[in-house]
Amino acid sequence: MATSAAAGRQTATDTSVMTNVEAVRSTLHAALVRDDRVLILGEDVGARGNVFLITKGFLEEFGPRRIIDTPLAEASIVGVAIGMAMEGLRPIAEIQFADFIYPAFNQIVGEAAKTRYRSNGDYTCPMVIRTPYGGGVRGALSHSVSIEALFYHVPGLTILAPSTPADIKGLLNAAIESPDPVLFLEHKKTYRSIKGEVPDGYYTIPIGRADVKHVGTDVSVVSYGYNLHQALDAAGRLEGEGISVEVIDLRSIRPMDKTTILESVRKTRKLLIIHEDNKFGGIGAEIAAMVAEEAFFELDAPIRRLCGPDVPAMGYALPLEEAFMISTDAMVDAMRSLAAF
Amino acid sequence: MAKTTTAHGRLERAGLSDEQLVAMFRNMLLQRQLDNRGFQLNRQGKIPFALGSEGHEAIQAGAAAAFARGRDVLVPYYRDLGLALGVGMTPFEILSSLFARRTDRSAGRQFPNHYTNHDLGVISISSIIAGHCTHAVGVAAAFAYRGESGRAVLCTSGEGTTSEGEWHEAVNYAAVQQLPIVFLIENNEWAISTHQSMQMHVANVADKAAGYGIPSAICDGFDPIESYRAMHAALDRARTGGGPTLVEAKCYRYLSHSTDDDDRTYRTREEIEEQRKLDPVPRFEAVLLDAGVLDAEHAKAMRQDVLRETNEATDAAEAQPYPDPASLYSNVVAGDHHPWQEHT
Repeated sequence: MATSAAAGRQTATDTSVMTNVEAVRSTLHAALVRDDRVLILGEDVGARGNVFLITKGFLEEFGPRRIIDTPLAEASIVGVAIGMAMEGLRPIAEIQFADFIYPAFNQIVGEAAKTRYRSNGDYTCPMVIRTPYGGGVRGALSHSVSIEALFYHVPGLTILAPSTPADIKGLLNAAIESPDPVLFLEHKKTYRSIKGEVPDGYYTIPIGRADVKHVGTDVSVVSYGYNLHQALDAAGRLEGEGISVEVIDLRSIRPMDKTTILESVRKTRKLLIIHEDNKFGGIGAEIAAMVAEEAFFELDAPIRRLCGPDVPAMGYALPLEEAFMISTDAMVDAMRSLAAF
Repeated sequence: MAKTTTAHGRLERAGLSDEQLVAMFRNMLLQRQLDNRGFQLNRQGKIPFALGSEGHEAIQAGAAAAFARGRDVLVPYYRDLGLALGVGMTPFEILSSLFARRTDRSAGRQFPNHYTNHDLGVISISSIIAGHCTHAVGVAAAFAYRGESGRAVLCTSGEGTTSEGEWHEAVNYAAVQQLPIVFLIENNEWAISTHQSMQMHVANVADKAAGYGIPSAICDGFDPIESYRAMHAALDRARTGGGPTLVEAKCYRYLSHSTDDDDRTYRTREEIEEQRKLDPVPRFEAVLLDAGVLDAEHAKAMRQDVLRETNEATDAAEAQPYPDPASLYSNVVAGDHHPWQEHT
């Protein structure tokens, strides 16, 4: 599966090819080298080097006060990071799988997101919570979920979900620089299946900017995560049929980029939103509502959503997982029918 | 109850000077006066809500005396008026919060007794019980990471808090990492209407320390000098690399949980009367008079001064404007982020 090159957004000419998981790892490593306020805490991030080996070798290089194997207790992973952030550090807390974030819900929603507001800026909470999410990896009910809709309702919280190695690097750097808490979502299925060019050297990508990953004129597709790459494949397949699909990579879930979405919809006059997370109350609902409010009379077709089914989770059995995940064929069909509307 | 005087009337002062002892007593008087002021203002219809900490004066005066201003960090809970005053917050700050005025540090956002003062090292808290305990551990971890010995974190809460999973996670984390922190439990027996006996199956909160492998202490939370001694030892241990301590101060909550609570629905008047006989404020006054640290005239003048200070702060705070409704949108995040971003 191809990813769009970072070219055009960066002035750097030297690039390296790497996978998504390598982009996370190298960006974290550079942050630790660059800024001694940065430290990493989470389950199995030290001796094991994270269950995906993202932090392998970090413990030896940076020591146990910076690479902290925490007790198996998610609320304290986030809560301790909040205290560190309030005291001037830049902690990066890891929740081993997004499915395990629920015990930390209070700390993220009740505490981190409200620290600046409730103290009127007397205390702030500059921290990153990284977590792998998403399915299609035989992770069953509790190693596959998408969690973004549970958190994107919350003011004070930034939520990022980049899908390419270049975007991961730029947005993870932006997250670490952010003066406020950031929930940083990494789709597991893209960790090793997605590879791309990454500009060398330090750079950030502005939070709150979507990216047009494939230019088109007939249908606008908004997606992110693993689905984004499938949508790019689907758009490529439809080119042969003379259907021109514009694919927007949302990248930033909160704040969300109104300008890029509306510009595209005003051009194509048709909108399809694709996400793996459940449909009901999902990210697509908010995008659809915004477009309906802002550009209703410029639409030539009803807004469509292609989303995960409204069931509690995907099953372990392959047919159950496949039935949950959105296929590229389904995306091709949805794009084709919307183009023909 | 431990005695603060010997049979000869000589004061066991735990190294505290006359000046410090008098300052502790004044702190206790001010706490009680301000505490009552909150309830009075609520009954007058001037403020929507107040929380009381009557009965906690002695432990808080003792803990504040052991707190190293400018070095230590306080992560309090909502029944810590005396501690907040004792580490340097002013009656005007407290009353600005009660009146929800613009001069409040949170500009009228926070609930009463939810202190914040970064300059003094008083960390902003929410009302979510035990939510603050892991933050305190994080601050202690930052001290340890930066190698700042000589600094400690004081994390306080009531005994009901120790039922929360997050309290357990905080203490366990601090114990594993041997962080410079003291967990002070102000055990007043009641979590709103639920008695300690319904919160835990151990006689003392301090008994729980064994489960974390950390030292503990129990002190008479009605005795400011004994409280100081326990807190001084625990904070000193933390500052010198000895790791966390769990201190349990036995005290009592004389008032209802808040102005919205009616304690007649769950505890007897007789129980409160029995506890009133042990009231730490007149008892400490008697101790200081007996030891000659204070004379009756000085004590009377202090009471008048505390009342004057409270009255002046009340009038000054009440005269302040409310926050501007337009401030609603400030400090959600830094700068100008909105859920929908527009750009050119």
